Amino acid sequence: MTTGENKETLPQTTTNSDQRSTPSQLVTALQREHAGWISEVIEAHGEVTAIVPAPQIVDVCAALKAGADSRFDFLADLCGADRGVEEEPRFEVNYHLFSTSKHHRLRLKVLLNEAHVHVPTVTGVWRTANWHERETFDLFGVVFDGHPDLRRILLPDDWQGYSLRKDFPLRGYEPYSLK
Amino acid sequence: MGLENIIAEALPEVLTTRLDSLINWARKSSLWPATFGLACCAIEMMNATSSRNDLARFGSEVFRASPRQADVMIVSGRVSRKMAPVLRRIYDQMPEPKWVISMGACATSGGVFDNYAIVQGVDKIVPVDVYIPGCPPRPEMLIHAVMMLQDKVMKESSRDRKDIPEDEARGASGPGTLPITDGSTVQNMPSETRPYSIASKHERRRSS
Repeated sequence: MTTGENKETLPQTTTNSDQRSTPSQLVTALQREHAGWISEVIEAHGEVTAIVPAPQIVDVCAALKAGADSRFDFLADLCGADRGVEEEPRFEVNYHLFSTSKHHRLRLKVLLNEAHVHVPTVTGVWRTANWHERETFDLFGVVFDGHPDLRRILLPDDWQGYSLRKDFPLRGYEPYSLK
Repeated sequence: MGLENIIAEALPEVLTTRLDSLINWARKSSLWPATFGLACCAIEMMNATSSRNDLARFGSEVFRASPRQADVMIVSGRVSRKMAPVLRRIYDQMPEPKWVISMGACATSGGVFDNYAIVQGVDKIVPVDVYIPGCPPRPEMLIHAVMMLQDKVMKESSRDRKDIPEDEARGASGPGTLPITDGSTVQNMPSETRPYSIASKHERRRSS
């Protein structure tokens, strides 16, 4: 492949360089386009966080990855969090997105009630989400619907409970059966 | 007893000793550890074999990658619950006689990791011979532990090792015979055993 051909196949980075949109503009544009995809936008410490309802997370991620201005082609991290036993919604799943061509970042957040800790999987969007979702399932018990291989990844296979939940005792449960 | 003196005068080339002390001397002079680094203590364990500390002075520098060739398991670092069955399996794969050194605070008692993920002391899984405190212990402390283990080996008797399975114990096969076994199982042992008939060096010298 010669350099001349390569220039033609490059994405629109060169054309949009003068009018590059920030993550907050991208999120508000997405909110305007699809009502109900993004329920809230939080800007703090120079970081943009979009709270997404759980059923829409795959659509939002796919749109942000494919969009010409957003191009979030890299899932930097996917992690869970337990806000506390008394909180409702109790759990959250965080998606940290990064664009290797635009060099901007965005955080998506899905809030989950304790009664229904289910999120659709984003392994179809980014394949790296596979192990991240397994880890979140392992430690928080968040079930990722449609995941190809939802097993424990860090703790032993016969482990009881989800160890990073706030109501899990620090020393675990005894006796623990060694396989 | 004056028996040794009589023998020493009559046969000056012959050295008499207890069989146990001869076996133990051979065992303690080449304690081969298994390569089994678990955490930061393993860095100090590697350093113990390096040129500055030179564990080779005590015959213990040959870290074997296979547990089948190892005598000592140095549990160097924290043992997670998930690692515990693996560690036990490696210990089981080591042939008798075998010893365990618990290196550092984490392997000994869990250390600062008093939580669900870490085994609170490796002696819950395997029998430990020598414990080393420290976080991590210096290489000198590991060398000292190896020397303590050598002292312990010298005090052992080969009859004391009762954790050998009954079939594989020393009395199961007759003297002068080499049992042909398939691994550790001796159920399918042939009825007639081949005598161990390779002549030793001094026997060959005498016949010629």
